[in-house]
Amino acid sequence: MTIEIPDVKKNWPHTINAVTIGAISEQGGTRASTVTVGGETTLPFYHFEGAMPHKPVVAMEVWDVPAEDWPDPVRDPFADVLGDPGSWAKTCVEECGAELICLRLQGCDPNGANHSPDQAAAAAKRVAESVGVPLIIWGCGNDDKDNEVFPVVAEALSGENCLLGTITEDNYKTLTALGTAYGHKLIAESPVDINMAKQVNILALDVGYPAENLLIYPSTGALGYGIEYVYSIMERLRIAGLKGDKVVAMPMLCDIGVEVWGVKEAKAPESEVPGWGDVRARGPMWEASTAMVYLLAGADVLIMRHPEAVRMTKRTIVRLMGGGAE
Amino acid sequence: MILIGERINAGFKDIAAAIREKDPTAVQKWAKLQAEAGANYLDVNIGAASRDPADMAWLVETVQQTVPTKISVDSTKIDVIEAGLEAIDGRGALINSTTADPGKLEKLITLAVKHDASLLGLAMDERGSPQNVERRVENGAMIFMAATEGGLPPDRILLDPILMPIKFMQEQAPNVLETIAQYTNLSDPPPHISVGLSNIGSKTTERGRIVRTFLVMAMAHGLDAAICNVCDEELIAAVATAELILNKEIYSDSYVRAFQVRQRL
Repeated sequence: MTIEIPDVKKNWPHTINAVTIGAISEQGGTRASTVTVGGETTLPFYHFEGAMPHKPVVAMEVWDVPAEDWPDPVRDPFADVLGDPGSWAKTCVEECGAELICLRLQGCDPNGANHSPDQAAAAAKRVAESVGVPLIIWGCGNDDKDNEVFPVVAEALSGENCLLGTITEDNYKTLTALGTAYGHKLIAESPVDINMAKQVNILALDVGYPAENLLIYPSTGALGYGIEYVYSIMERLRIAGLKGDKVVAMPMLCDIGVEVWGVKEAKAPESEVPGWGDVRARGPMWEASTAMVYLLAGADVLIMRHPEAVRMTKRTIVRLMGGGAE
Repeated sequence: MILIGERINAGFKDIAAAIREKDPTAVQKWAKLQAEAGANYLDVNIGAASRDPADMAWLVETVQQTVPTKISVDSTKIDVIEAGLEAIDGRGALINSTTADPGKLEKLITLAVKHDASLLGLAMDERGSPQNVERRVENGAMIFMAATEGGLPPDRILLDPILMPIKFMQEQAPNVLETIAQYTNLSDPPPHISVGLSNIGSKTTERGRIVRTFLVMAMAHGLDAAICNVCDEELIAAVATAELILNKEIYSDSYVRAFQVRQRL
């Protein structure tokens, strides 16, 4: 006897926006290539049901200061290049296969190195000149300082079609204006809160910033640290977008590295946690496992740190996209 | 929610004069105002001002030159509807409306298929307006079946259970609500369900309040379209709030703004 398997395929009425980051010379930039994410007509990797025309991509994180607080297992692979964001970015692209570089302007933090806007712009230019992949520029997180720094950095990278972040409910006017003026895409951030995720987008759209230039960053938690909350929010955002809520039909971004490398499962040496295994294997696996969860939740851009975690994640993406085992 | 702007109708003096004098000013004004307010369709109706199909074509063209919004071609006369459809430039259209009269129904289904248009069916027949739930459901089901068999998918069919003025036919409002609920069971997915909303408040002194309250109650029963005054901000806010309460929309602090932004995207 054969049992008929019911056809559960859904036909979603709306498509997630496709967003291109980076600009080659004909487009007014200097990138060697561009990256397009989004465009899904179905849930993540439901190839049987709809299209996922652009695969998720991995960006690697580079700082404008030597990242003193990164734990050794993730700092060591970059030991020779930490002092120079250009060389660091080059290592990420050429040796680790980074598809974008995320320059985090941590050095601008007024409670840290307190770099000037010009110093930040110089770091950004240095990265732009060193690699050909598209760029993500992430502020230091201090609103006042970011609002001083971004005008200079956004202008220095004018035409490069970078992804700038982040805008929040309380701080979106400067970046939306800069994004429009200098041709950059934006990351809309909210604190694991679907209502606020929507609210930030409405605020940006209301000042005239185009919906199709936004990515949603719903916040990220490391595996074991609230990941299921973020997962459910991403899932709901994606379903709402596919159902036709154009205010949330954006690709999503996850900031993996910064979260994972702050938790003890990734960074505590075995001497402190006997039985957990070698931290040099455990850390990258924790980062790759976290990334895997977010891929299934609908992430389109993953920002990561460890070269081995990046390799594992990129292999996973190829297989989930139907590329088969290696 | 499918919002169909009611204002470009020769029942209004400024539109009747515009049609008579071929002066596009008032038509352009209401096209812009209603599109800006978030209308999904703009209803155009030459009403009693004219019997000439060419006037419908003029009205459609005038609206099309002003805004990109889809058009609801509104007439009881088939030749007038056809002239309106012929004038449409490829954007989406809605035929407003057929009844359950078999001859008319068949012709308008053919036109809807030919022009890739949606079809709104009034739950009335040659006997006139229905006075109970059963007649409304019977007529609605007949229109739905005929349209489906004629090749229209459920999402291009809108059923209207016939809303009547509460001041004169108060007992009909609950019948309409019950009919809406029954229409949602016609198919999965169900057809769209629409009403001519302003009817219920006709000749009342509390028109806005009656219209808004009815709309929210009807949405709770399954209504998802309305021909209405889309420029009524309180009405739009009520729609946005009802969608929120029905969990059709993700909450955000600016949810009314979100509704408006989304309607325009």
